[in-house]
Amino acid sequence: MIRSLASRAAALPLSGRIGLALVLFWLVIAVFGPLIAPYPVGRFVDEEVFSPATSQFWLGSDYLGRDVLSRLIWGARYTVLLALGAAVLAVFTGTSIALFAAIRGGVVDEVISRTMDTLISIPSKIFSLVLVAAFGSSLSLLMLIAAFTYIPGNYRIARALAVNLVGMDFVSVARARGEGAIHIAWREVLPNMIHPLMADMGLRFVFIVLLLSGLSFLGLGVQPPHADLGSLVRENISGLPQGASAILSPAIAIATLTVGANLFIDALKGKGDS
Amino acid sequence: MSEPVSPAVEVANLAITLDLPDGSSRPIVEDVSFAIPKGEVRALIGESGSGKTTIALAMMGYSRFGGTISADRIRVGDLQIQSMGERELRKVRGSRIAYIAQSAATAFNPSRTIISQVIEPLTVHGLATGEQAREKAIGLFRALALPSPETIGDRYIHQVSGGQLQRLMAAMALISDPELIILDEPTTALDVTTQVEVLNTFKSAIAASGATAIYVSHDLAVVAQVADRIVVLKNGRMVEQGDAASLLQRPQSDYTRSLLAAARPVERGAAEEQAQSVLAVEGVHAGYGKVRDGLATIPVLSDVSLRLSAGSSLGVIGESGSGKSTLARVIAGLLPASNGSVRLNGELLSPGIDGRSKEQLRQIQLVFQNADTALNPVQTVRDAIARPLAFYHGIKGAAADARVSELLEIIQLQPAVAARRTAELSGGQKQRVNLARALAAEPTVLLCDEVTSALDTVVGAAILDLIDDLRRRMGIATVFISHDISTVRAFCDEMLVLYSGRAVETCPKPAFSAPLHHPYTELLVDSVPELDPEWLASLGGQHVPSLPETPADKSLCAFLPRCPVAVAGTCDVLPPPLVTVDGQRMLCHQRGEVPKNEDAGAQP
Amino acid sequence: MAVQGENRPAWIGLTRVVIQRVLSALLTLFLVSIVIFIAASLLPGDAAQEVLGQSATPQQVAALRHEMGLDQPAITRYVDWLVAMLSGDPGRSYIADMEVSDLIGERLRNSLTLAGVTALVSSVLALTIGIVSAINRGSKLDRTLNVVTLSLVAVPEFLIATIFVLIFSVKLVWLPSIAMVSPDASWGDMLRSMALPVLCLTFVVTAQMARLTRAAVADQLDRPYVEMARLKGVPFRRIILFHVLPNAAGPVLNAMALSLSYLMGGAIIIETIFSFPGLASLMVNAVTSRDMPLLQSCAMIFCTAYLVLILIADVVAILANPRLRS
Repeated sequence: MIRSLASRAAALPLSGRIGLALVLFWLVIAVFGPLIAPYPVGRFVDEEVFSPATSQFWLGSDYLGRDVLSRLIWGARYTVLLALGAAVLAVFTGTSIALFAAIRGGVVDEVISRTMDTLISIPSKIFSLVLVAAFGSSLSLLMLIAAFTYIPGNYRIARALAVNLVGMDFVSVARARGEGAIHIAWREVLPNMIHPLMADMGLRFVFIVLLLSGLSFLGLGVQPPHADLGSLVRENISGLPQGASAILSPAIAIATLTVGANLFIDALKGKGDS
Repeated sequence: MSEPVSPAVEVANLAITLDLPDGSSRPIVEDVSFAIPKGEVRALIGESGSGKTTIALAMMGYSRFGGTISADRIRVGDLQIQSMGERELRKVRGSRIAYIAQSAATAFNPSRTIISQVIEPLTVHGLATGEQAREKAIGLFRALALPSPETIGDRYIHQVSGGQLQRLMAAMALISDPELIILDEPTTALDVTTQVEVLNTFKSAIAASGATAIYVSHDLAVVAQVADRIVVLKNGRMVEQGDAASLLQRPQSDYTRSLLAAARPVERGAAEEQAQSVLAVEGVHAGYGKVRDGLATIPVLSDVSLRLSAGSSLGVIGESGSGKSTLARVIAGLLPASNGSVRLNGELLSPGIDGRSKEQLRQIQLVFQNADTALNPVQTVRDAIARPLAFYHGIKGAAADARVSELLEIIQLQPAVAARRTAELSGGQKQRVNLARALAAEPTVLLCDEVTSALDTVVGAAILDLIDDLRRRMGIATVFISHDISTVRAFCDEMLVLYSGRAVETCPKPAFSAPLHHPYTELLVDSVPELDPEWLASLGGQHVPSLPETPADKSLCAFLPRCPVAVAGTCDVLPPPLVTVDGQRMLCHQRGEVPKNEDAGAQP
Repeated sequence: MAVQGENRPAWIGLTRVVIQRVLSALLTLFLVSIVIFIAASLLPGDAAQEVLGQSATPQQVAALRHEMGLDQPAITRYVDWLVAMLSGDPGRSYIADMEVSDLIGERLRNSLTLAGVTALVSSVLALTIGIVSAINRGSKLDRTLNVVTLSLVAVPEFLIATIFVLIFSVKLVWLPSIAMVSPDASWGDMLRSMALPVLCLTFVVTAQMARLTRAAVADQLDRPYVEMARLKGVPFRRIILFHVLPNAAGPVLNAMALSLSYLMGGAIIIETIFSFPGLASLMVNAVTSRDMPLLQSCAMIFCTAYLVLILIADVVAILANPRLRS
């Protein structure tokens, strides 16, 4: 199993392998972050603020003299885990509703699809802003809001896939055999959607990382004392004129995560096509 | 056989290789050589993967998927194609060598008028002004017997029928008076009745233009009508070549013999018929959209009845859109009939699946046309076959494995196949697994919906033999749905002819060779090309144009606009009566027991 | 299809289709207004409490609730709000204590200018990149452009903005990092102050649009009619211009509309970073201060803009497609 995964990864184009490496790197950081971080996340360790990288503080210090590397590692943990949770939730919910709509068909499908079409025509950042204004931005709410924002997008893709599959003869065969809706959804339709759904989950993950970092950057996302990567950019914005590492490193960290994920997904898709 | 003048087209030692993504290359055509004298039609015949289209396209220096063409010589007239660059080739394509594609529906650009594309071979090569080209195109439309030649070119492709499009594409090829025309399965996508007309038009148009032609096809009978000589190809290599008549009569290779055998199904004896009827369909109406008063908004089937006795086989025949697949779906309950009844062993079945018992569902099994989509690609062969065993019979575990092996043996596949994913199988293997899955249910009625139409002829013939053998051995009543009347005649004890959703004729085996059939059945029989080079010529030009329109009054005979024996005053006024002659039941005014005109008067 | 329609002018059918699309867009907009209203009314606690703060007495809150109409049933409030929106009076901002229409007016114009300039620049760039990539499919150029655009769509806007500010404002000191736009500024000043926001937005939007354009054109290049045109000896340039582009027009326009709608999301970050006095930064303020009337109005404007863009793309696609046209 592991060997076959490794050989498949080796067969990816260079950009895909770089992407995979970046994603794995950030996953490891997110999971083992607390063990790696050199300093406690909130401790003032440097007398200087916005000091450049030194052997003591690999990424310098921030606007209060805290270690940027430690804060980055902790911030990555929030960013990655929140976005991962939200992406899984969005895909799980969107796909479940899509399967239900596609298999039931008729009026049920039309009502659900019309509702989703309405939600999808509200630009995602605008929608999440309205939701944040209405509900606030605790960590669990942020995750729910991000998931809810991207359910319609996943629904649309999953429904298109499912409707296509439901129209296939093998589903007609199962229907004619007398199989129930659950067997058809679970055994006939879903297994054929796994690959595109995984790719979609990856894309949702990228969107959600960008959305949550954006919200945090605006001060509407993760609230102190917690800080994700977007919050780090925001709190150090006064270091911009001197090009401080404290503002650039979290921004670059987000970019490596999202670009990496994007490159990896694209490489997988390219393989699927040919 | 020696030609005094040098041939118009000469190919020597042609090889085409495909570069694979892993850096290696695979030969798809090897060691092909032939020469065509001027004005001759040469057929390239073979099954899928034989390289026939690839070879034909190499005549234009073109290769799909970036294959590499190498040859000692590809000469067309004075053109040395093998040594020409892309720029020179462009000047030759469309002007001196023209191509007619299999599907005109996709080969025309949907967002431009047809005529703007037809004249392009002249205009892009600077051979004529737009005005001259238009005039020439209209002349060709007229010569190709297209309706309203002056204006048909101003339409878009969605506004003309398939047969017309194919002729319009011929006009596009002929417009530049090319010396070589390549026809790539130009009639394969057409219905058999349309095919005859298009074939006729093509044949005379090629003869009139004096061009040399290469005709690519998988259908020996079609090729026999148009080609002077035939090249038989298999896996990218030439198997044999010879002039049409002698190749058909005295094939040299086993492969050609198997092709010929598959094209001519041998007639089987009637099964021992039992009086007891297992399946009875009475006055079924079905369609799509909202149902009102037992009629759907978009009706597909109207008032169709049939009766199938235990162990017998019924052939349902009709062209695309006639409703033959819908009939299978109605019987299986996938599309509930809006009116009428379906009975199994005398028991009235609920129209939809939901109201049928598991036992009823088990007894009727459907085998779909396209094995690629009928099997779930992520499942293994074992998964596919074991599911009905568990679902209907509660057989699981080792017992199921044993039964799966048994079923695989019955359909003549190795037991090891069970572990493979269905997506990895070949088309013929898939169709066998598809059949095994249906047999696993142990049905009393098997519905076979065009089970061979997606397969190569030889593979398809083997599948038909297998089904025929199994149904006789197991006593399964079978419905064969097909567009090919010769298959139905060979394999079935009775045939049902559908035309635009109505059963225009049912005919028991003894009456297959009766002198009179429904005029549509006769048209179908006459339209199937025979393995005889003289067949098309013998038909003469007396074929009726096929107009895909139905009369405004739905109660009148749907075949009226195409009917050669229709009589004004009856056929266009009264609904057709159902007449019975020696077991034949026909929906026709002109086939009654009381002769009304001389045509029917010949009957004893 | 059966009727040849030669007697009936084509524009009648066309008008019908277009009216159908417009009505459908209006229906969606109506549904969107319900969603936004519901979302904004779900505020835990309520707006009156929010305005008065924690120290207010229950009597004060009740009085303000009555004044703001919050004691009315939700449907009444929704209808009142919708009617007011339609008559051009989106209400009064709780926090700024100003008419919402006055707050929005000026900023909407600024935002439209920003979006317009960006759209113009990025459309030209994206179409060029997309088409060039598609016709050179599989080449080194295509693969490089693929990786570049793929990366750019995933880069957060604030990183791009930060880098540009560092380069153009801090190091080179060419452009201001704060985009103050005063109504009486000259065109030159205006362009200079908008240069960085436009540049940042262009980067993100172009990448997205170029990718979608490439996909649409590449899809057409695989169609059999393109092979047929090649086999007729039609020159490649002519194939692209006369065969591929008319068919790709619909999907490409759709791609452009989708990417331009992304401008709105991107604008939220970019306007905030550069303190650009536009609608998006106003909306962020509305969220921070939970100013619901203002927030609802901004959200409705963004959704309307999105639907209008999609509608335009849809209608133009119909005009370009003879099958939909008839």
